[in-house]
Formats: sequence, structure tokens, C-alpha cells
Amino acid sequence: MSQPTTIHAQRLNLTFETNDGPVHALQDVNLEIKKGDFVSFIGPSGCGKTTFLRCMAGLETPTSGEITVNGMTPEEARRARAYGYVFQAAGLYPWRTIGGNIRLPLEIMGFDKADQAERVKRVLELVDLAGFEKKFPWQLSGGMQQRASIARALAFDADILLMDEPFGALDEIVRDHLNEQLLQLWARTEKTIGFVTHSIPEAVYLSTKIVVMSPRPGRITDVIESPLPKDRPLDIRDTPEFIEIAHRVRDGLRAGHADV
Amino acid sequence: MKSVLPVLTVVGVIMLVWVVSVVPMNMHLTADQAQRDGLAVTPDTPAARQNVSSVALALKNTHLIGATYGLERPRLPSPHQVGAELWDTVFDKKITSRRSLVYHGWVTLSATLLGFAIGTGLGILLAVGIVYNKAMDMSVMPWAIASQTIPILALAPMIIVMLGAIGVQGILPKAIISAYLSFFPVVVGMVKGLRSPDGMQLDLLRTYNASGAQGFWKLRLPASVPYLFASLKIGISASLVGAIVAELPTGARAGFGARMLVGDQYGQPIVTWAALFAAAITAAALVGLFSLLERLTLRRMGMVQA
Repeated sequence: MSQPTTIHAQRLNLTFETNDGPVHALQDVNLEIKKGDFVSFIGPSGCGKTTFLRCMAGLETPTSGEITVNGMTPEEARRARAYGYVFQAAGLYPWRTIGGNIRLPLEIMGFDKADQAERVKRVLELVDLAGFEKKFPWQLSGGMQQRASIARALAFDADILLMDEPFGALDEIVRDHLNEQLLQLWARTEKTIGFVTHSIPEAVYLSTKIVVMSPRPGRITDVIESPLPKDRPLDIRDTPEFIEIAHRVRDGLRAGHADV
Repeated sequence: MKSVLPVLTVVGVIMLVWVVSVVPMNMHLTADQAQRDGLAVTPDTPAARQNVSSVALALKNTHLIGATYGLERPRLPSPHQVGAELWDTVFDKKITSRRSLVYHGWVTLSATLLGFAIGTGLGILLAVGIVYNKAMDMSVMPWAIASQTIPILALAPMIIVMLGAIGVQGILPKAIISAYLSFFPVVVGMVKGLRSPDGMQLDLLRTYNASGAQGFWKLRLPASVPYLFASLKIGISASLVGAIVAELPTGARAGFGARMLVGDQYGQPIVTWAALFAAAITAAALVGLFSLLERLTLRRMGMVQA
């Protein structure tokens, strides 16, 4: 089965001009993401994984090279509502209820009222938050808030979900639970997911494709196609296959570090 | 409720200092009065008494100490005199009477509220301009700060005289001085409030391809509400001060400022003190009202944990 290409980056470079001279956030990044892939970007801080995600979203403009999202420029893709973005913090508006927060993108994009209500209900069920529509963010735990922010990103049916360390601020138990839920959600919605993390187990557990990156200059050192089956219970993490992939990721990270 | 005891303690200390101070402040006046009434006073000439300190005079004439609290025109009125004057002019006079503090209070309050409305509106507009316009950001703030460094007492008569020359009289000149004092905290608070959303929240709106107007109404404006209320509480008391100051230099015939002036000019300190207290109570009530509005609004918005 050959899926169409969703994201295509070719010889992508991005340099930030800072007071201490230019910083090569991305150097010669080539990557192809197929529709329905779950791609993790892993690497130490400063390796450009977040910057690359932001390039896909059109939040940063590359200095040179080419990147297309669904065959369009990231700007055009954004206007076509091609993706939903989930940040490290939930960033819910404290003055809006959970339902109100999920309605925010729908209001901005001009969905009609009945459609809004129906979508809010649907995505809340998708992230297991049915019944919390009228609660305010402070009434929810951190994990629930992050789930609400995922629901917000899903509400307008973008087929790409970009997630920038979405569970980075949560404790391990909550994180495991959310990872499991995220996989179920991915299986049900068949979205293409770009996922930034610095946790090796998280990357291996979630992904069909793991992109290992290294810093100064930010570049891709390894791309691992995961042989794990799509259906993954949490205890798959104890299987030899899992451990082998984790090992390869760790080697990739170490190699990237060695030649700095 | 936990704050009741500390608050009462502070009030008690202030009252004690006040009550104790009345004796030395009024001792010389009391001695002069007593002598005119034919009572024995040591030393027995006004000239000799000038050379004796107030405290010493009180110790030599302990029988006169009680009388320091009952002078008709004291240097420092006692608390009960101020209280009686307040009661009399607030509750016992018809509110249409020129001797009613309610009447004078309304004159000042109406100018305060009008000025506060103008100042708040102007402050919000300026803040929006500063946040959205680079040129205004660079140019307006220094002038706003400079405007507050000029003593309002020097500026108020000029504003009133100039407005009078072009035929603007009555409540408006006072309101303008109120607005002059109250716009500033609103500008400062609203600029901070409108800029309070962080980069992540602004990025989120970008991913939705939101317009500038949507960013303002859906993010910046609601985010600034807590800042606005903090500013309003400062602004409303500044407005009241502005209205009173505007009444002082112009010989206004009504208002708290006029009452203070009358007391001063006709040697009736009790009247001045009663007007001062009435103004302070009004300011406290206004600030209290805005605190209540703040709590209700933020709770309704879900921004405080009920």
C-alpha cells in the first residue's frame, strides 16, 4: 500500500540571526511523511525538532529549501485548515469553559452554531471528556486540560495533527495513559501526526516513523521505520523488538552527540 | 473576617493618637477662652502663656483639659465633634440644603463619575492604540507619564480658567480634571493587560489563521479584564481627588472641595474635617464597589476559583 505524501521537505535550512551570530536551527533537512504516518521527532534541546514542526505549520519561514504540506506551501495549508497544533502547555483560555475553548477555532473559522455544538460533543467524546463541557479549565487536572487542548485541535477536522511535546509537563503515569489514548485516537481518526518529544520510550511506543535529530546545526541523523504492529498494548514496551528500536534511537542520539 | 482584629487595632491606634493630640493642639485656645469666661488660669496673661509649651500648660491647668474637646473653633477638632457634624450634615439636613453634605457630595460625585467615564474611555482607547500602533507605542507613553508629573494643583486653575474663557463651565471642567488623573492608571493597566497573552497563545491563533480583530476580541480583550479592574480601582479614587482639587482654586460654591474651603476661610475646622471624612468615606465606598464588581465579573468569567 502506497499512501500519498503529506509532508515533503527538501534541503530545508533555517538560520536565526542572534546577537551571538547566526544559529543554524535546521541544516539540510530532507523528509517525507506519508498520509496516516505517526512521526516522532526526537533529539536533545536545540536540535531543531520544534523548529521543524513550526516550519510545517508555517509559524517559521525557512531560510532556504522547500517544504510542502498536502502539496501546498505551509501558509496555504494553514489557510486550508490542514492541521491542528497542540502546544506543550494546554493554553486553554481561563475565561472560557472547556466547551467554549473547543469552540474557539470553530468560531474563528465561521462554523455555524449547530455544527459547533455537534463537533464539540464529538471531540469531547473522542478524548474521553464527555460531560466536562461546562467546566472551567481550573476545575480540570493537567492531563485533562491537555486532552481538552487535543480536542480543540481535532474540532475542525484537520487531517494533520502537529504536537509539540504535548505531554512533556505531565507525570509518567498520566503520560502512559495519554499515550495509549492517543494511539487509539490515531487509529480511529486516521490522521497524520507529527509528534515532538525527548522521551525515547514515548517515541518508540507511538510512532510508525522515528526521526532522530541532533543539535548545532540542527539536522536529521537517522530515520527509523518502526516494524511494530499498529495495535500496541502498553506492555509491548517489554518486547525484544521494542527494546531493539529503542536501542537504535539511543545510538542515533549518541552518534549525533559525538561529532559535535 | 480574620482581618477584623488587625484593622480594628490600627483604627484604635489612630483614634488614640488623635484623641491625645487634641489636648496640646487646643490648649492655648482653651486657656484664652477660659480666661475670658473668668476662670483661673496659670500663667494668667496670654503673653506669658505664649512662652509655655502646650503640654506644660495642660499640666498646670488640668481642670481645663476637658474643655479642649469642646471648643467651637478648635485647632484640631475631637473625633466626636467631627462625628456630630457629619451626622448633622448628612442625616439631619434636607438634601437640597446648602448645608447638607449629601448635596455637596452629589455635586462632587457627579463630576467624579463623568470624569472617570471620560478618563477610562480615553485610557482604553490610548492603550489599544499603543498596543496596535508602533508609532503610538513610541510616542504616547512618555507624554502620558509626563502628564502625571505636573502637580494637578498647579494645572487645575489654568484648565478651569481656559475652559471658562471658551464658555465651558459647570460640571465639565471638573470632570476633565478628574479624567486627567484617572486615564493614566487605565492606560498603564490596559497596555499590560492587552499584552498579557504569551507567544504560545498568539501562535495558536495564527494556526487558526485568525484575523487581528478576532485576536483582539477573543484573546487580548478578555485577557486584559483583571488588569482593567486593578486600574479602575486606582482610577476612581484619583477621579474623586481630581474633582475635589478642581473645586478648590475656583471658589466653587458646591462640592466637597467648596465645603473644605468654606471651613478654612471662615475658621470652622470642624466643617473642613467633616468634608474631608465624607470625601474619604465616598472614595472608600467607590473602591469597595469596584472590588465587588471585579469579584462578580471575574467569577462570572470563570477566572477566579469560586
